[in-house]
Amino acid sequence: MILLFILTVININTRAQVYFTKNGNISFFSRASLENISADNNQVISVLNTTTGSLQFSLLNSAFHFPKAKMEEDFNEDYMESNKYPKSTFKGVITDIGDISSLKDGSYPVNVKGDLMIHGVTKNITAPGTITIRDGKISAESTFKVLLKDYNISIPSIVINKIAENIEVTVNCIYEKK
Amino acid sequence: MKLVKIFLLSFFLFQISEKNIAQDTTNLVKELEKESFDNKPGYTTGTFMSTRIVNGQSVENLPAHVLDVRISHRFGPIRKGIYNFFGLDYSAFNVRIGFDYGITNNFMVGVGHSGWQKTYDGFFKLKLLRQSNGAVKVPVTVSFVPTFAINTVKPGDQSFDHTSIPPDAEVKMSDRLSYVLQLLIGRKFSEGLSLQLMPTFIHGDAVSFDHFKNGEYKRDIFAVGIGARQKITKKMSVTAEYYYQLPDAEATIAGNVFAAGIDIGTGGHVFQLHFTNALGLTEKAFITETLKHGLISGTRFGFNISRVFQLGKKHKDTDWKKN
Repeated sequence: MILLFILTVININTRAQVYFTKNGNISFFSRASLENISADNNQVISVLNTTTGSLQFSLLNSAFHFPKAKMEEDFNEDYMESNKYPKSTFKGVITDIGDISSLKDGSYPVNVKGDLMIHGVTKNITAPGTITIRDGKISAESTFKVLLKDYNISIPSIVINKIAENIEVTVNCIYEKK
Repeated sequence: MKLVKIFLLSFFLFQISEKNIAQDTTNLVKELEKESFDNKPGYTTGTFMSTRIVNGQSVENLPAHVLDVRISHRFGPIRKGIYNFFGLDYSAFNVRIGFDYGITNNFMVGVGHSGWQKTYDGFFKLKLLRQSNGAVKVPVTVSFVPTFAINTVKPGDQSFDHTSIPPDAEVKMSDRLSYVLQLLIGRKFSEGLSLQLMPTFIHGDAVSFDHFKNGEYKRDIFAVGIGARQKITKKMSVTAEYYYQLPDAEATIAGNVFAAGIDIGTGGHVFQLHFTNALGLTEKAFITETLKHGLISGTRFGFNISRVFQLGKKHKDTDWKKN
């Protein structure tokens, strides 16, 4: 009887497959007629549960670094309003987690669905991605587009040729086991 | 019976932990956020749009490795009306061309030359304290700015654009030198409103201005400045600035300087358009040598154009690397 109890508890523990990172990378790229702008954030928090497919991201907007200091200042001041909205987050699920929970080596195309919060506005989005498992290490990649208008980020007409309306976001995370 | 009990208990525990798994990601994210995000100092940015409010310095520093080329114009007084096209007919009464450079995010240097009184100036600005609202709470930003200037007008030169020195005058180097020590205390009160207080000590030179007060010659002057910025849109602000000279030191012919204008940012450029009674473009000139009366005194139109260039690699915030 006690054995059964212990077995159940062990079973619970082995089922909790939670992976995380504190230095995931999210970058974005804006292509406009007068200027191309890219920025990098290497302080992204992400947690992935390979059993349930639950996937979350959280980052500080002020941790995006730009090639020009002026861009970084404008990004935080004028567009993200980082004082008011310090974080951007994503909370969702990998809808086709099936193959991954086995944790066999391989590369798995996946779809992610969930709530993306930027600039205080939450939108339900879906994005394709790839999960790669090698020697028990999990890495995740995804590229998707964000329309600034959707998140109430307006571009002053004076810089309309310098900032794209559609921003390409790239996610790159390598997870470690909790 | 006992078996069933334990089985049920195990099952119940299992149910809870299933729930916990889903909860786990949220809790873990919160935990990680606390670890990584909450210890960030949360420095206030964008207290002013530029490193100058109008005439004088703001608490803003240039970021590291950024060069700022600044061109400032002051026209003639507008009070002569349409005949002088409100002062613009004088063409530029005073022009300063300056180069500022950010050595670190908290330390910048600058040099410039103004036509009026053929003055060369140089300064550095050191940020002593940064307003922040994160793990560290600091209510104000404090900067120290010493400015040095030298009047290079030759004795006997009678050109209109400067105070003339008699041809036979013997002028020592120390008579031409002036310096200004300023403490800037600034606070961003809200997204739109920033205020700044500037206790200032000025040691004037002996050739640029008649620093007489009640028959006494006073080259050491104390002044207190106040500056403000109110955003109207993301890329436009209203600014105002006033320096009050302590009455016992203020020269009889000098008034206090005021300025009001708008800042327009375009990404790389900042245009500062304004009205001011100052003609001088260095601290000692506009704070202590603004004339109350006379041909060239009065409110005038002026503008500063600032263009920043990123030189070399951007200075990364080292705070981020530690975590």
